Amino acid sequence: MTLSKRNIWLLLCSIPFFLSCQETKESEQSIAEIDQVSYNFHIRPILSDKCFACHGPDANKREADLRLDVESAAFAALKENPNKFAIVAGKPMESEVFHRIISEDPGELMPPLESNLKLSESEIGLIKKWIEQGAQYEPHWAFVKPEKRAIPSQVDWASNEIDAFAFQKMKAVGLEPNPEAKPYELIKRASLDLTGLPPSPEMLERFGDFSGDHSYEELLDGLLDQKAFGEKLAVLWMDLSRYADSYGYQDDNIRSQWPYRDWVIHAFNNNLPYDQFLTWQIAGDLLPDATKEQILATAFNRNHKYTEEGGVIDEEYRIEYVLDKTNTFSKGVLGITMECAQCHDHKYDPFSQKEYFEFFAFFNNTPEKGYEGDVSISKPAKTPVLWVERDDLDGILDFINYSDSTRLSISVMGELDEDEARSTYILDRGVYDAPSTEVFPSTPESILEFPESLPQNRLGLAQWTTSKDNPLTARVFVNLIWQEIFGTGIVKSAGDFGMQGDLPSHPELLDWLAVDFMENGWDIKRLYKQIMSSSTYRQSAHITSDHLETDPANVYLARAPRLRLPAENVQDLVLASSGLLVQKVGGPSVKGYQPEGIWEAASSGRGVLATYVQDEGESLYRRGLYNFIKLTVPPPKAIIFDSSNRDRCEITRGRTNTPLQALVMMNDPMVLEASRVLATSLWDKHADSPDAINEAFVRILCRPMKSEEKDLLEEYFEDQLERFESHQDQVKPTLEVGDYPLENEDINPKTAALMQVIVSLYNLEETITKI
Amino acid sequence: MEKEILEQGLNLNRRKFLSRLSLGVGSAALGSLLIPDLFSGKSGAEEAMMAALPHFAPKAKRVIYLFQNGAPSQLESFDYKPLLQKSYGQDLPESIRQGQRLTGMTAGQDRFPLVGSYYDFQQYGESRAWISSLFPHTASIVDDICIVKSMHTEAINHDPALTFFQTGAQVGNRPSMGSWLSYGLGSENSNLPAFCVLLSRGKGNGQGVYSKLWSNGFLDATHQGVQFSNSDDPVLYLKDPESMSRSERRKMLDQIAAMNDLSYREFNDPAISAKVQQYEMAFRMQTAVPEMTDVSKEPDSIVKLYGPDCLVPGTYAANCLLARKLSESGVRFVQLYHQGWDQHGNLPNEMALQAKDVDQASAALITDLKQRGLLDETLVIWGGEFGRTNYCQGNIQVDNYGRDHHPRAFSIWMAGGGVKSGMVYGETDEFGYNIVKDPVHVHDFQATVMNLMGIDHEKLTYKHLGRRYRLTDVSGHVIKDLIA
Repeated sequence: MTLSKRNIWLLLCSIPFFLSCQETKESEQSIAEIDQVSYNFHIRPILSDKCFACHGPDANKREADLRLDVESAAFAALKENPNKFAIVAGKPMESEVFHRIISEDPGELMPPLESNLKLSESEIGLIKKWIEQGAQYEPHWAFVKPEKRAIPSQVDWASNEIDAFAFQKMKAVGLEPNPEAKPYELIKRASLDLTGLPPSPEMLERFGDFSGDHSYEELLDGLLDQKAFGEKLAVLWMDLSRYADSYGYQDDNIRSQWPYRDWVIHAFNNNLPYDQFLTWQIAGDLLPDATKEQILATAFNRNHKYTEEGGVIDEEYRIEYVLDKTNTFSKGVLGITMECAQCHDHKYDPFSQKEYFEFFAFFNNTPEKGYEGDVSISKPAKTPVLWVERDDLDGILDFINYSDSTRLSISVMGELDEDEARSTYILDRGVYDAPSTEVFPSTPESILEFPESLPQNRLGLAQWTTSKDNPLTARVFVNLIWQEIFGTGIVKSAGDFGMQGDLPSHPELLDWLAVDFMENGWDIKRLYKQIMSSSTYRQSAHITSDHLETDPANVYLARAPRLRLPAENVQDLVLASSGLLVQKVGGPSVKGYQPEGIWEAASSGRGVLATYVQDEGESLYRRGLYNFIKLTVPPPKAIIFDSSNRDRCEITRGRTNTPLQALVMMNDPMVLEASRVLATSLWDKHADSPDAINEAFVRILCRPMKSEEKDLLEEYFEDQLERFESHQDQVKPTLEVGDYPLENEDINPKTAALMQVIVSLYNLEETITKI
Repeated sequence: MEKEILEQGLNLNRRKFLSRLSLGVGSAALGSLLIPDLFSGKSGAEEAMMAALPHFAPKAKRVIYLFQNGAPSQLESFDYKPLLQKSYGQDLPESIRQGQRLTGMTAGQDRFPLVGSYYDFQQYGESRAWISSLFPHTASIVDDICIVKSMHTEAINHDPALTFFQTGAQVGNRPSMGSWLSYGLGSENSNLPAFCVLLSRGKGNGQGVYSKLWSNGFLDATHQGVQFSNSDDPVLYLKDPESMSRSERRKMLDQIAAMNDLSYREFNDPAISAKVQQYEMAFRMQTAVPEMTDVSKEPDSIVKLYGPDCLVPGTYAANCLLARKLSESGVRFVQLYHQGWDQHGNLPNEMALQAKDVDQASAALITDLKQRGLLDETLVIWGGEFGRTNYCQGNIQVDNYGRDHHPRAFSIWMAGGGVKSGMVYGETDEFGYNIVKDPVHVHDFQATVMNLMGIDHEKLTYKHLGRRYRLTDVSGHVIKDLIA
């Protein structure tokens, strides 16, 4: 029997939650303790991972004509032996599946040895119990429309609904919420989350402990109003839309997609509702009386790589571009890995190859070309192009930061007229020169059927995507914002909500947030404020031994996470705290300090990016978001700090800790220059070293200094002062770093010593950590 | 002397918190540089998979891959085709071409005139392998290497072909071969990265390289190839400012560690102790890497062996010498790229310059490893991303012609690390166009390299976004005939 969609969550709520990655205590919970085995949460992850590759959705690779992902097929008589059944509800001993997974005959055993897959004892036990309990199938949770379920009973600790859901989960594993973080921690945390910038000493002072005139809510509102909000969130969207400043491939010449980046910042700052934000990007050009702004948004689909390698086969690459558009959209917006179905029916998710190319067909009707010539005739944008004139810059596109008199061109979307419309075919094995059956634009049925009422083009796709019946769009985005804030999504595999993805840690919370988000006009700033107003968010990040033992990965949110800042924000923090940051929004990307020879060593020698020409002046002090990204040699510092290389759509970054990061913080001229400039300005304000050190500390760590820290830092300062006084020859070489002017009067041991103290502060673990 | 100063710098305070902060993180078996996210926690299945490594006794412990970027012509190096010389200017028979696709560069040509090697070939060694006069040093070590004349690939353009060789897929952001080995086998040296990349540029028509070729893809960033540069800062940001002595750096790190310790006491977060460990490793690298890149102490015999260029940083010869030193110190995978092999025109002239750049040093590397007793455990690979056409691109003259890309057949060589020596494997037809015996697909080659390293290529997988990925994608067979 199949449970109705409506009943799934009711059932789930009563099930002790099981993590798919099986890394917590609960995985050791004995099977006997599980009252009701759940297909979605217990069984499907096992079948999907170990069985579906041969007994799943992919018809071409199906063995013994048996599929276990569909209930009726699993219960039907076996093709090879009509007297036997794969699964007999309630009777494991009569179920061939069970016999085969416990078989001691290597020829019988499933999964077969050559698959290199194996079922564990507990997995076998779960399957047995599931069959005993009637082998109930359920639809995949993520493909069922989310609904708001009853909010668990409120507790005093809770500030809003989020806390009720979170509390219930942590309580179930025996954890209590952490106390609230200290006010200065909250200010730093909120500032980093909403703007990517550290709070200034003035901000810390104004809000103090929130007992005065200025409340925590006012802090959030103020931060949400800053232009830096759009810049912060744009980093995520640049990863997702694989934004770059060059074409990639071979000669990797310059392109000009940056006005798209400026639009994203503008849209986030204007709080353009997420459904419209998506619609414009998917199909802005197809909207009635489309504005240039709406057309500009479609550059989302054109940020991928373009080849300029002489001798390529045009159609091979045109197809490659359409594949990239399809894959980016499905992963970034819908959280599904459609690309597996490019070459064959999906092995785990219910997407056929036909459905893949139906989806692909939406993006396959543009005048785009596979090859427009080699690097010698390269242009900053490729067909179809949006031209931006001065009038636009003074009008509807005034958010584009551009002062040059030449007009701008951006690669955007366009649609071929009906009479020249391009047919789409299933490509055998996904290869460009092996077309088979013709297909027409449509969406995977298992997610949501494409209504006949919608136009069969990208505009229809946008309407389908932003329909409140779409089970994925809101869930995926809410999860992305959760990931931005907590470091890990409620669904850990933020780009894969399919069968092989991680199950949500808090399914009811995810659904509640997704529905609430849609009900409130897809309001992104509201979503941020909602999450950040919760008690869950406002907890201290202190880790207890209980946490380490019960929940090392912080799945149950009984504390705030401690997270290393993203690459861009490391740069932002250093520049902002030193006073060097130039807070100009948008404009062409900038080339800051970079070790010599990196571009040159890897270049073919052709194109304007063959050599790195560093910018000067204020371009050196812009936010990390604006760093020029040459695809074949992405900015090395950012890569060292786990940024995306922008080769493909990415929505989750790693967070590693390596010696190369230590080397950057120790020796990057940007860090050293910032330290020198801050030291100089502090001596302009303060006469005594304790005052200067104190201000440096507050600017960089965003909190008051403890007495032990004060002692250590003052001791180090005295030591360094002695060093530079006794080695005067080291003073100037130490201070002479970076382009920022160094005045003669500042060349003294005091400045050099204070600079060393500041360098040491920038190198603290806490400095580049969100606490 | 410096060491003593440093030891004294270890004040009591530091010793105390370093021991508190260490928490066993030094024992990370996987991962070269890092202690990954301590909390990332691998799944039980993944842990079991890693514990099974190596899958069988490895023949090679380390790899040095001398990538000849741009695709050197097999017809002027290892695949001797006298028929092409005899058939100069005649059209490639359609019976041989069989409608194979062409690149856009020659698709417009109305004829495909055959052209033979401008350079003579001779047979060498016990294997009697044919080698052109451009590679005399390689000829002298022919009995130590295995020439594979039957390589073939799927891509016809540089970028996808290079990416295919290095990551097993033509497009996509997949981990490089070196990253896979770093992930599977970890590092043998705690002061150096497991995967190092060295770049050089020849004098011929070049094609760029891209950092995605040594990317970790979806693996942890600690498995990323670390690119060495030929500047005075061999690893990015390695070099301290001029005025900073080792003891001052030591002092600053102690200061940082003492401050971090206070933070650890407040937050109790193991990530803080991991950070301190990484600063210690950075400090050790600052000493270890320059020692490695300093060739000034190499004896004359070595300089003579590799050629005088080995003293000029950034040359292929210098990189070969550096590769030997890194490998000898336990670096798992050293990847060289030498650019300039894309001879669409002016081939006889450019090819000679390119061969001169690499011939002596490539052979020297083999000789040097052998004399140190390291060749047996070090796998050396020499080759490009595809081959070149037997017909001429553009204007044809006996001494001046060009060749387009040819993925259907090309030659590479391998040596050491359990590969059969003194052998020629595979054959092409007399036109050098199609393989007639023992084809080796790129995935077969990768499977074989993994096998030599003790890894079953089907078992070293990483689950990413729902799918288990491996270097050889969904194919690849170990070529057992290549293994000693």
